[in-house]
Amino acid sequence: MTMVVERQAGPLLEVSDLSVVFRRRGQREVRAVDGISFTVDSGEVVGLVGESGCGKSVTALAVTGLLPPRGVEVGGQARFGGTDLLALDPRTRRDLRGRELAMVFQDPISSLNPVVPIGVQVTEVLTRHREMSLRAAKVEAAGLLDRVGIPDPQRRLREYPHQLSGGMRQRALIAMAVACQPRLLIADEPTTALDVTIQAQILELLKELVRELNTALIMITHDLGVVAGMCDRINVLYAGKVVESAERRALFAAPHHPYTVGLLKSIPRLDAARGEPLHAIPGSVRDVLPWQEGCAFTPRCPRRVEQCLDGPPELTPAADGRAYRCVNPDLTTGPVRPAATAAS
Amino acid sequence: MSDEQPADAAQAPLVEVRDLKVHFPITRGIIFNHVVGHVLAVDGVDLLINRGETYGLVGESGCGKSTLGRALLQLIPPTAGSVQFDGVELTALTGEQLRSMRQRMQMIFQDPVSSLDPRQNVESILTEGLEAHGIGADRAKRRELISETLDSVGMPRWALSRYPHEFSGGQRQRIGIARALALGPELIVADEPVSALDVSIQAQVINLLDELQDSLGLTYLVIAHDLAVVRHIADTVGVMYLGALVEEAPSDLIYAEPLHPYTRSLMSAVPVPDPDVEDRRERILLSGDLPSPANPPPGCRFHTRCPWAQPERCADERPVLHEARPGHWVACHWVEEIAEGRIRPHEVDAELVRPQEGVAAAPVVRAPQVP
Repeated sequence: MTMVVERQAGPLLEVSDLSVVFRRRGQREVRAVDGISFTVDSGEVVGLVGESGCGKSVTALAVTGLLPPRGVEVGGQARFGGTDLLALDPRTRRDLRGRELAMVFQDPISSLNPVVPIGVQVTEVLTRHREMSLRAAKVEAAGLLDRVGIPDPQRRLREYPHQLSGGMRQRALIAMAVACQPRLLIADEPTTALDVTIQAQILELLKELVRELNTALIMITHDLGVVAGMCDRINVLYAGKVVESAERRALFAAPHHPYTVGLLKSIPRLDAARGEPLHAIPGSVRDVLPWQEGCAFTPRCPRRVEQCLDGPPELTPAADGRAYRCVNPDLTTGPVRPAATAAS
Repeated sequence: MSDEQPADAAQAPLVEVRDLKVHFPITRGIIFNHVVGHVLAVDGVDLLINRGETYGLVGESGCGKSTLGRALLQLIPPTAGSVQFDGVELTALTGEQLRSMRQRMQMIFQDPVSSLDPRQNVESILTEGLEAHGIGADRAKRRELISETLDSVGMPRWALSRYPHEFSGGQRQRIGIARALALGPELIVADEPVSALDVSIQAQVINLLDELQDSLGLTYLVIAHDLAVVRHIADTVGVMYLGALVEEAPSDLIYAEPLHPYTRSLMSAVPVPDPDVEDRRERILLSGDLPSPANPPPGCRFHTRCPWAQPERCADERPVLHEARPGHWVACHWVEEIAEGRIRPHEVDAELVRPQEGVAAAPVVRAPQVP
């Protein structure tokens, strides 16, 4: 029942060539994730960034084994400390999930059980995975809530999710996720449903946890501002593939893939002047080309050339550990900054 | 609050809101309902929107910004106060008069999925308003009108016979904008127009709103929680907290030097996609959540979370919106002291806030005070 994952040299999690295909009878198959590879080390924050439908959430669900058992085909490997998570039987994976790897979801209200008090939901993790007695688990649960910054934890434990505010619920979820001091935490859009001031609190909390517990964190988000502040390494996803991967500073200092450049240019920024028009990426994420025929971004790409349609481009490694998937990369763009940076 | 707000003398403002209040009753009881309290969603707001200008209203969820937008259009009847649109008092209008006024003020909604009827095709969605207001002589004429509107929002004409589900989120939002534009309004209230859209699509819609304003001379009230979006489209920015404006200024002024502690912390919380900026800037982390609008804190509503809160005045005297700098209106007792750095921020203990009870106690101030 208790499976201990060996500590080994090399990265904590190594996802290689992960693919997820959804098949439903009578419908076209959907290749949501198409050969994604990345690694995460202990104490490292890795970002998966992209717009809706790029496969970032499905990647997380595949790694944690939370995809539905039917109609889905998962390929590739996800080695977690030496064991392939994708090859594990569901029971072993269940033991691992919650204890060694945990997940925080976007919408705190739908990830908590509405008819069960917060206290029961938090202690459940402790009794199940750390085999604590109920009494000890209650004390520990109060400590955890306090740790994530929930005032008056004893009282909160008796309350139901609807009695908590959005920020509090997300804190409670984070408390549950870190209850067993997991070695890997996956946060899927943890702040998208929250207000900016609450978002700042939650991001600060996650950073603190990574620092103190040396947890590895996979941060899934659509917000490049969020990753700029906290990720060590960033993978930009488009149509199920990593199109650019780089260290945080390198990526923002010189984005190479036209999609990354486009994303950075289209974000409204606080430090840009009023009236400066935004550079929108034409079309929508629906306008993709199947990767077999060429680069999926071609229909929306401002730098497209004929070679774009010669089959799928390879992930090209470049200096300073960066890699990009483009035949006509943008090597001249420096950091994307507003033309007239306002005084701050 | 501020009777002498600056108005463009040469031109009367299009919208003038005075001391607007919207209070929702909280009722208890099964057979005999009795009112046990009120949610003070909007509690005394003054607002001027000049012609051809964009007014950006920002604040976090629950601050009353959407309610204010709807009360302005009389979609929610205000509890008190006045709303003047082009000199006409809207709160006094009823029935047919109000309905015909609505032709001049339209709304764009946040969610492009739920704001379009899935069983109406685009032509029917767009002509409904024209028919209701008797614009266009016959079907052919109306069709011509809406085709032009579709062109202006960058949608192909074949879209007319399609249904909302056949379009992507960005395209649906364009249809929503076309529906508002079809009637030829002067004022458009846009409630979170881009927050449901992907980043690359957001930019398209923001640019579209900007272009339409230039070509049609529209006046916008843009309600958003995203300060960066408002930065791009607004000429004047108003920041709301718990039903009241705490700061109002021309966009450039407020972003260059936010004066109210709440605005400061709000701006410091917005992530910027630039590691250099992210690593350098100071963050003002607010503790706790928004207090309940059913039982707002006495005095300054922000004092329970304010890192600059002082023992005197803040807890017992509600600050009035006053002109701290030319054109820059702030509702804070200590604007000057904070701006000059004579009051330093201190830690604030997070406190319990419940939907029903509101605020439990005054904050515990740890650091010594230096007035």
